Amino acid sequence: MADCLAAPVREMPEMPVPPGSLMTGRNQHSSTKILKEMLLEVPADALKILGITEKDLCIPILTYVFGEAQLGGTVGVVSLARLRQEFHGLAPNRPLFLERARKESLHELGHTFGLVHCGSRECVMYLSNTVGDVDSKGRDFCRYCRTVMASNAGKRREP
Amino acid sequence: MTIGQSVNIMVVDDEEIVRDSLTGWLEEDGYVVEAVESGKKALERLAAKSWNLMLVDLKMPGMDGIQLMDEVHKTNPEMLVIIMTAYATVDTAVKAMKKGAYDYFVKPFNPDDISLTIRKIVDHHKLVEENLFLRKELKKQYKLRDMISKNEKMLEIFELARTVANSGSTVLIQGESGTGKELLARAIHDESPRSDAPFISVSCASLTESLLETELFGHEKGAFTGAASIHRGKLELAQDGTLFLDEIGDISLKLQMDLLRVLEQKEFRRVGGSELIAISSRILAATNRDLKKAIEEGRFRADLYYRLNVISIHIPPLRERREDIPLLVDHFIEKFNIEMGKRIMGATEEAVRILMANDWPGNARELRNIIERAMVVAKGNVITESDIRVPSTTPGETNTRTKSLEEIEKDHILAVLMENRWNIARSAHTLDIDRVTLYNKIRKFELKKEADAPDP
Repeated sequence: MADCLAAPVREMPEMPVPPGSLMTGRNQHSSTKILKEMLLEVPADALKILGITEKDLCIPILTYVFGEAQLGGTVGVVSLARLRQEFHGLAPNRPLFLERARKESLHELGHTFGLVHCGSRECVMYLSNTVGDVDSKGRDFCRYCRTVMASNAGKRREP
Repeated sequence: MTIGQSVNIMVVDDEEIVRDSLTGWLEEDGYVVEAVESGKKALERLAAKSWNLMLVDLKMPGMDGIQLMDEVHKTNPEMLVIIMTAYATVDTAVKAMKKGAYDYFVKPFNPDDISLTIRKIVDHHKLVEENLFLRKELKKQYKLRDMISKNEKMLEIFELARTVANSGSTVLIQGESGTGKELLARAIHDESPRSDAPFISVSCASLTESLLETELFGHEKGAFTGAASIHRGKLELAQDGTLFLDEIGDISLKLQMDLLRVLEQKEFRRVGGSELIAISSRILAATNRDLKKAIEEGRFRADLYYRLNVISIHIPPLRERREDIPLLVDHFIEKFNIEMGKRIMGATEEAVRILMANDWPGNARELRNIIERAMVVAKGNVITESDIRVPSTTPGETNTRTKSLEEIEKDHILAVLMENRWNIARSAHTLDIDRVTLYNKIRKFELKKEADAPDP
C-alpha cells in the first residue's frame, strides 16, 4: 500500500473488536460501530487509519459488507472473512486471498479520500459485492480516481 | 456514473441506524442521498428536488410505506418507489407491487441485489433523459420563434413566413381570435433583415377613428385643440422596421382610404401637416373577420384588401390541429416554469386527454390561460385532471343537453360578446336584438368583460 499511495504506512498495535459492535442474532459485527470506535484511536500524525479484521461485517440494512469507510473522512475497515476461499467452501489460496485483501484495503482507503465507486472495471474503486467482482477488477486506481484522490488528499473532513 | 448528472435518492425509514447506514452505503456509490424519518417529512421534501428513486420502509408509525407511495403517485405518477420491509410476507409484497412499487426488498438485503436494481434504474433513467433530449431536438424543427406546431398546415405557414420574411411584401394574416396572429407577425419581423429595427403594433379595434388617425399618422403642433406639440405616429416610429395593424377589418372607410393612399404612394402627411414623409416600414395586417364578406357588404374597400393581401396567411383554429395541444401544453408549462419559478414536469395523460377533447373557441390563448391557472393550483410537480378547469361555455351538444334554456342564452350571449370583443353594437347586431336589450341581458346575467390578453 505504501507503494501504491506513495505515502509512509505504519502498523498500529492490535485493537480489540468493540463488543458493542456485535449484531444480535446475526453473528456479524456492525462496521459502522467499529468505525466509531476507531475514530477515538486516530494518532495525531496519521492522515487515515484502516482497520483489518477477521470478523464478518455488515450494516443493519445489508446482509454483509466487505468493508466500510467514512466518505472523505479518516477511518475505514476491511473484513477478511469473505475474502478467503474457505468461506466459499473452496481450497485455501493464500496469494489470491492477499491480493483480495490488498484490493479491498485500497478500495476503503479510496473512500476516505472522497472517492465514490468508479465505472471502470480496471479501477480498484469499481463496486465489488462478490469475490468474483473483487478478482476481476483492477488492482490500482484509474487515472481519474488517482487525480481526484490527489486533489482531495489535502482536505480533511471534521470527524 | 461518477461523472455527469447526479442521481437523487430519498430514503424514508423511522430507524435512525437504517437511515444512516443506507445513506453512507449509497453515497459510496456516488448517489446524492437524503434520508427522512417519516412519510410526512418525505412529502414535504418531495418538491425540493427531482428525485430519481425513493427507498421507503413499509412499517412506519403514522403513514406507512404503501400509503406514502400512494400519496407520492398522486402528484408524481412516474416516481420509482422501492419498498423495504423487515417482515417478509407474500401478501405485503404482492400488495406493494400491485400498488405500483418498482421493487420490494426484505431487510437486510443482499448488497449485490440492491446495487444491480439501482444501476438498472439509473440506466433506465439515462435512457429516458436521452429520449427527452432527442425529443426536444426534434421539437426545434416544429418551431418558428415563439410558435410551435407539428400540424402540416402550420408547418407550411412557418415555411412561408420564413420565406416572406426576407421580402418587403405586405402580408395579411387571418385567423380566429387567439390563434397567434400577432406572434406570427412578430416572428416574420424577427426572421427578417429588419429585425434590428422596431416592431410596432397597433390594435385598430380599440381606438376611435380620430384617435387611430393621429396614432397612425401623428400630428403637427396646433393641428387641433389640445395638440400642443408635434406627435410622431406609429408609421414614423416603425421606420425601417415593421408596422403591425391588428384588427384591420375594424377600421372606418375613411381611414381605409387614407391607408390605401399610404400603401400606394409610400408616403404620408402628419395630421395638420403639409410635409410629405416617406415610409420605409413594412406593413403586416391581421384580422379575425371575413374580409371578403365585409367587401360584399360594403364595409371594407376591395382595393385596400388587394393591397394588403399580397401574401395571405390563414392560421387554422386550434380545434383543427388538435395534435398540437400536447405540444402547446408542454410549451406553456416550460414558459410558465421560468416565469413562476416552478418545476412542473408535465401533465398527466388524463389531463391531456381532457384538453384534447375541448373545442377551444379562444384557441391557443385560451389554452395558455387554462395552463397558467392549472400551474398556480397544481399541488405536485405534474398537472392532473383536477387542476384543469375547461370552461363550460364551450358550445357543444353534450354540454347543452343538460343545461336550462336560460343558461344556454347566457352562454350564447357571452360567446357572441367575446367574439366581438365586447363591441355592443356589433354583438347586438349578431344577436338580432337592440342594444338596450343587450345591456339589460348583460346586467341580468352579470356578464363581465375579462381583461384583454395579448395573442399568445
